Amino acid sequence: MLIATIIVLGVGTYTLRLSGVLLRDRLVLSEPVQRLLPMAATTLLAALAMTAALMDGAAFAGAARPAGVAVGALLAWRRAPFVLVVVAAAATAALLRLAGVP
Amino acid sequence: MRTRKRTVDRALLRDAAAIAAAMIAVGASFGAITIAYGLPTWVPFAMSTVVFAGGAQFLAVGLIAAGNPVAAVIAGLLLNARHLPFGLAVSTTIGDRWRDRLLGSHLMTDEVVAFTLREPDPARRRRTYWLIGVTLFTSWNAGTALGVLLGGATGDPAAFGLDAAFPAGLIALILPSLRDRPTRAAALAGAAVAVLATPVLPAGLPVLCALLGLAVLFIPRLRAASTPAADDRAAAGDRTAAGDRVSGMPAAGDQVSAVSAAGDRAAAVPAVGDRAAAVPAVGDSVSAGPAAAGPAPSAAAGPDRCPSEASC
Repeated sequence: MLIATIIVLGVGTYTLRLSGVLLRDRLVLSEPVQRLLPMAATTLLAALAMTAALMDGAAFAGAARPAGVAVGALLAWRRAPFVLVVVAAAATAALLRLAGVP
Repeated sequence: MRTRKRTVDRALLRDAAAIAAAMIAVGASFGAITIAYGLPTWVPFAMSTVVFAGGAQFLAVGLIAAGNPVAAVIAGLLLNARHLPFGLAVSTTIGDRWRDRLLGSHLMTDEVVAFTLREPDPARRRRTYWLIGVTLFTSWNAGTALGVLLGGATGDPAAFGLDAAFPAGLIALILPSLRDRPTRAAALAGAAVAVLATPVLPAGLPVLCALLGLAVLFIPRLRAASTPAADDRAAAGDRTAAGDRVSGMPAAGDQVSAVSAAGDRAAAVPAVGDRAAAVPAVGDSVSAGPAAAGPAPSAAAGPDRCPSEASC
């Protein structure tokens, strides 16, 4: 049962991944719709980042995580190296938690 | 030319190493949590190789441990449904060969897509996809193994602030795409929809709902129809210009500042684009230049990007 669950989830996930890749050929897309594809991907990633930054399950994530992400985003906007963005975001959240901020 | 290519690749390797380190840590916590749930040792390994999707894996082992495998599959697939639009977006990057498509599809994750969309040049985009994809698959599985070995000693990833590292990393990766005004409006509207929907919808659906954010691209077409700039451009092709007209829409601008001040300021870097937004008619004609230059927003943002930008 356990192995079946994992295989169904794995095959299903792979099917979702592959079908997007293969579907792209089957579809005849006009120029504006083609332009929309990377925009859609960016929109999904932005939504993913914002929900992950602000929410924990169905509830608000507290203060430490959004603060960490905000520091990272600020550094990214100032064109700081990617490594610095990631480390500063983690360090800010970790230090705030160490100080007792939820 | 060759030196520049090498330094650029070194920057990419450094970024890959950063994300790989974070993946090892989170993978370790996945391995440890799975064992702590009392599931067999092979489960985390099977999950990390066969499923290879972090969020869905955490969700699924929780539901499996709670004795609900059907919910685990449904919730996991719902969470992974975003990979279909991702696949559409990166299909040309993966290439035409069957071997590449079959293998490359399995490597597709949020981070890989984000890294890929950041690159304006097709050849570099392809290299980035495979480099990041293989790196993340390796580090995620190495992390999982580490977690199984170390068990509870891996600690809570939240204590290290890793839960803040991933969203921040994603934001850093999509920032270049967000310099394109229509993309930014759609992304911020979509992110707002997703955050608002999170308390009321099951995991996975809110992020899919973000695609509704693309609807903002249609609103300004109605507005812009009355401006002289729009008439000029009607001859150049009505539909191609539609996206640019977002700049004329105050509602999108409001969203932008409400959701993330950082995102909005980012647009100020190319200066012209942001200023132009103050006057809809001017904004329209000004932003027509870069946006019409390339089909992809990342490509459109290309010329503006500074070659010395540490992360590019």
